[in-house]
Amino acid sequence: MRGITKRFPGVVANEQVDFEALEGEIHALLGENGAGKSTLSNILTGLYRPDEGEILVRGNPVAFHSPRDAIEAGIGMVHQHFRLAASFTVAENLVLGHRDAADRGFLLEPRVIQGRVAELARRYRMPVDPGARVWQLSVGEQQRVEILKALYRGARILILDEPTSLLTPQESKNLFETLRLMVAEGRTVIFISHKLEEVMAVSTRVTVLRQGKLIGTVLTKETNPRQLARMMVGRDVVFTQKKEAVAQTERDVVLDLRGVTALSDLGTLALQKVDLTVHAGEIVGIAGVAGNGQRELAEVITGMRRLTSGTVSIAGRAMRSGDPLAAIQQSVSHVPEDRMGTGVAPSLSIADNLVLKSYRRAPISPQGWLRAGRIRANAVDLMRRFNISAPGPQTPTRLLSGGNVQKVLLARELSSRPKVLVAASPTRGLDVAATDAVRGLLLEAAARGVAILLISEDLDEILALADRIAVLYGGRIMGVVERQKAVVEELGLMMAGAA
Amino acid sequence: MIRIERRLRESRWLVVAVPIGSLIGAVILSSIILLATGHDPLATWQRLLERGFFSEGAFSATLVQATPLLLTGLAAAAAFRMQTWNIGAEGQLYLGAVGASGIAIALQSQSAALVIPAMVLAGLVTGAAWAAIPGALRAFFRTNEIITSLMLNYVGGLLITYLIFDSHSYWRELSTFTSRVFPQGKYLSPSAAWPSLQIAGIGVPFGFFIGMFAAAGLWMLYRSTRFGFEARVIGDSRSAAHYAGIRTRRKIVAVMALSGAFAGLGGASEIGDFRHVLDPRGLQQASFGYGGIVVAALARLNPFAVIVVALLLGGLSNGGFSLQGADFPAGLVGTLQGLILFCALAGELLVHYKIRLGRPAGVSHKPADAARVGAA
Repeated sequence: MRGITKRFPGVVANEQVDFEALEGEIHALLGENGAGKSTLSNILTGLYRPDEGEILVRGNPVAFHSPRDAIEAGIGMVHQHFRLAASFTVAENLVLGHRDAADRGFLLEPRVIQGRVAELARRYRMPVDPGARVWQLSVGEQQRVEILKALYRGARILILDEPTSLLTPQESKNLFETLRLMVAEGRTVIFISHKLEEVMAVSTRVTVLRQGKLIGTVLTKETNPRQLARMMVGRDVVFTQKKEAVAQTERDVVLDLRGVTALSDLGTLALQKVDLTVHAGEIVGIAGVAGNGQRELAEVITGMRRLTSGTVSIAGRAMRSGDPLAAIQQSVSHVPEDRMGTGVAPSLSIADNLVLKSYRRAPISPQGWLRAGRIRANAVDLMRRFNISAPGPQTPTRLLSGGNVQKVLLARELSSRPKVLVAASPTRGLDVAATDAVRGLLLEAAARGVAILLISEDLDEILALADRIAVLYGGRIMGVVERQKAVVEELGLMMAGAA
Repeated sequence: MIRIERRLRESRWLVVAVPIGSLIGAVILSSIILLATGHDPLATWQRLLERGFFSEGAFSATLVQATPLLLTGLAAAAAFRMQTWNIGAEGQLYLGAVGASGIAIALQSQSAALVIPAMVLAGLVTGAAWAAIPGALRAFFRTNEIITSLMLNYVGGLLITYLIFDSHSYWRELSTFTSRVFPQGKYLSPSAAWPSLQIAGIGVPFGFFIGMFAAAGLWMLYRSTRFGFEARVIGDSRSAAHYAGIRTRRKIVAVMALSGAFAGLGGASEIGDFRHVLDPRGLQQASFGYGGIVVAALARLNPFAVIVVALLLGGLSNGGFSLQGADFPAGLVGTLQGLILFCALAGELLVHYKIRLGRPAGVSHKPADAARVGAA
C-alpha cells in the first residue's frame, strides 16, 4: 500500500501511509485506539476506498470496489466483531456468499463441504465441528470459524483485527500456533493489535501508526516493548504504577461476602459459597479465566444479580440482594465489564451520563425537578478533573473513544464518594495512555480509603495493583494470596483449577 | 451511481429545510396526477388550502379533525420517546369514549361544572387502564407490546360495537321504538357538552385546549423531571437503566398508562366536544389512533411539533372532504393526501441520511466508527 490517505468528515484517518507485508511473515500493525489501524485494514479489504494512494498485490495495482474484489485477490479479514450467521452451521457459514466447485448449481452438498472444512481445521489445528451451529460455539471457536472462512475462500493474506481481545490466554496461545503454521506455508498474516506483549511474542515485523500517520516499521527481534510504546504514544510510557502495601489489620472490613452462591443466566451454578473480604483502602484482585464466575461476582455485589444463599455486607450492613438501587444507596460503585452497553446510556449526553446515579438526589433534582444548570456544572467540573476530552458536555457519549467512555464512568463512580468499588476489566480494550490513566485513578481511590475489588483477566495488571489476589475457578475461590508472596506459576495453576 | 449514506451529524437547518422540500415535492407529484386526470392543479390546491384553513369556518372545521389527532399524537410521542411502542391509541381512544360517555349518562342530571371534569377524568383513567394491560404484559412477561396493544384495538372496537349493537347495555338508547330497531347510543344531556372557546371568531374545542396544555406538560416531563430522565435512560439502554437502579418495569407500565391517558382523553373529547353519543361506526371509521402515529412520527416526537402537525393533517383531511364531489372522486382525494404523507415521511430519510451522486468518497456501514475516530 502506497501513500494511502483516507478522510472522514472532520478527521483524517490515514495520511500518506505506506505499508508492505511479505509472504511468510506475521506483520503486526500497532497503534492506539483511533490511530487508523482499522481504517487501513478496511481499505485493504475493500470496505472503504482510499481518497489517495494505491494498493498493489504481488506487484499488480488493484482497485477494490467491494469486499468481494478483495476476497478474489486473496485477502481475507477476521473482524473484531464476528460476521457469522448464528443459526447456520459452521460449514454453511463457510460457503455463505461464496461460489465454487463444491456447490454445483443450486443445491449445497453438505457432506462434501463438511469434509473439506474438517480437513482445513485439522491442517491448522483449529478443532471445530463443521456440523455445529454457530450460536452453540464459544467466542474462541467462532473466531476459528472466521479464520477458516477466510482460508476456505483462498485467502493468501489474512488480516486479524485485535483477535485476542475476546480470547482467554490459552486460546490466544493456540491462535498464535495456528498463525505460525499458516505463515510457514507462505501465507501472510497482518495482525492488528495494541498489546505490546503479544506483538512481541508473535510478529516478525511491526508497523506503528499514530494519529493516522506512519511512524515506522521495525523488525521485532531488533526492538523492545519500550521502544514500541514510545513509537505508539510519542513518549515514554511504562507501567510503573504499583500500589503501596497497606497494613490491612488496622483497617476495617468494608466488603464482606459470606457463603455467596448465585446462578448464571443459564441457571447453572455460577458462584459456590464464596467467602471474601476487602478492607478499606485495599485492592483485592480477582484473577481467573473469563467465564469462571467473575461477571456474576461483580453483579451480586452491585445488586444486579440475586443471591441464592449467603450474604453480602457493606461496612457491616447486609445488603438487599438483586436490587441495584440498594447497592447504590449503600455506596457501592461499579465499573461494569460492558461499559458501552451497561455502564453508560450511549445516546445520552456526557452530562446526563455523569448524573446517571445521582439524578434522584438533591443538588441535581431537589423536589423532583432536574436542574439543568447543576447537571452542566457537574459535567464541566468532572470533565476537567478526570481529563475527559470531548467537544462539550452535551456530546453523545457513544461518540467518545473507549478510554474517554471509561473516564466518564470512573468520574461518575468515584465522585460519588463510594465505600466500595467493583471494577470489572477496567482497562480492557484501552490504549496505553488510557490504561495508565485508569490505573492511576484506581490507585488514588484506594489511597482515599475505597475498598476496591478489581476483576481482571490481565494477571500483570492484578500483580501491579492488588494487595491480595484471589483466584476464581468454577465459581469457587481457589485461594487468596498476598501480592508479595504471590508466585505466578502457582496462580496459573489455580486459574486452571489444578491447585 | 447513487448511494445513500448515514449522516454523521444531523444539522439544524435540515430539520426545517427537509419538511419544506418534502412539501414542494408532494405538490409537484400530485400536480402531475391532477393534470393526468384532467384537473387544474392550481385551482385544486387553492381549494384545498381554502377549505382546509382560510375560508370562513374552515379553520373551526379543521380543529374538529385536529383535536383527536393532537391527543393521539401526544399518546404516541409519550410512549415512543421511551422506545415503548404503543400502537394501541386507537383502542385506548374507544375506551376513553366509553368511560366519558358512561359517566356523563350516570351524571346526566348534574351541572356542567361536575359532569365535564368527571368526563375528562373518566377518559384519562379508562384510556390509561386499557394501555396498562400491554404495558404490564411487556414489563412482567416480556411480551411484545406492539402486538398486544395492536390486538387490543380490535378488542376495543368489538367492545364498543357490542355495547351499542349487540346488547342492551347502559350506553344504548332503548326508550323509543326506532332506537330498538335501529340501534344507537344514548344522547348526552346538554350539561355534558364541552364548551368551545371563541378566539378571533374561531371555535377552539375544549379538547384542543387541554391538548395544548398536555403537550407542554409532556415536554416538561421529559425535559426536567426525574421521571423523564429515567424514561430517557430506559429508552436508550435497558441494561444501563437497570445498572443505574431504575425500576424499569414500573416505568414501562407508567409510560404506557400515560400514553393511554392521552388517547383516552382524545376519546372523551370526541364525546364531549363533537359527537355527544357513543358512536361505534363513526369512531372506527375515523381511525384517529393510527393517524396519531403518523402525527408523532412527522413531529419527530416533539410535543410542540405535534400540535403543528396535527393542525396540518387536520386541515388536509378537512380540505379533502370538501374537495370531494361529482367531478372529483374520493379516491383522488385519498391519493393526494397519501402523496403528501408519503413525501413527508420519505423526507425524514434525508434528515438522517444523505444521498451522494457519482463516485463516493467513502462508504461506511458503521458510521459510528468514523465519528469515533474524530473523537479519539
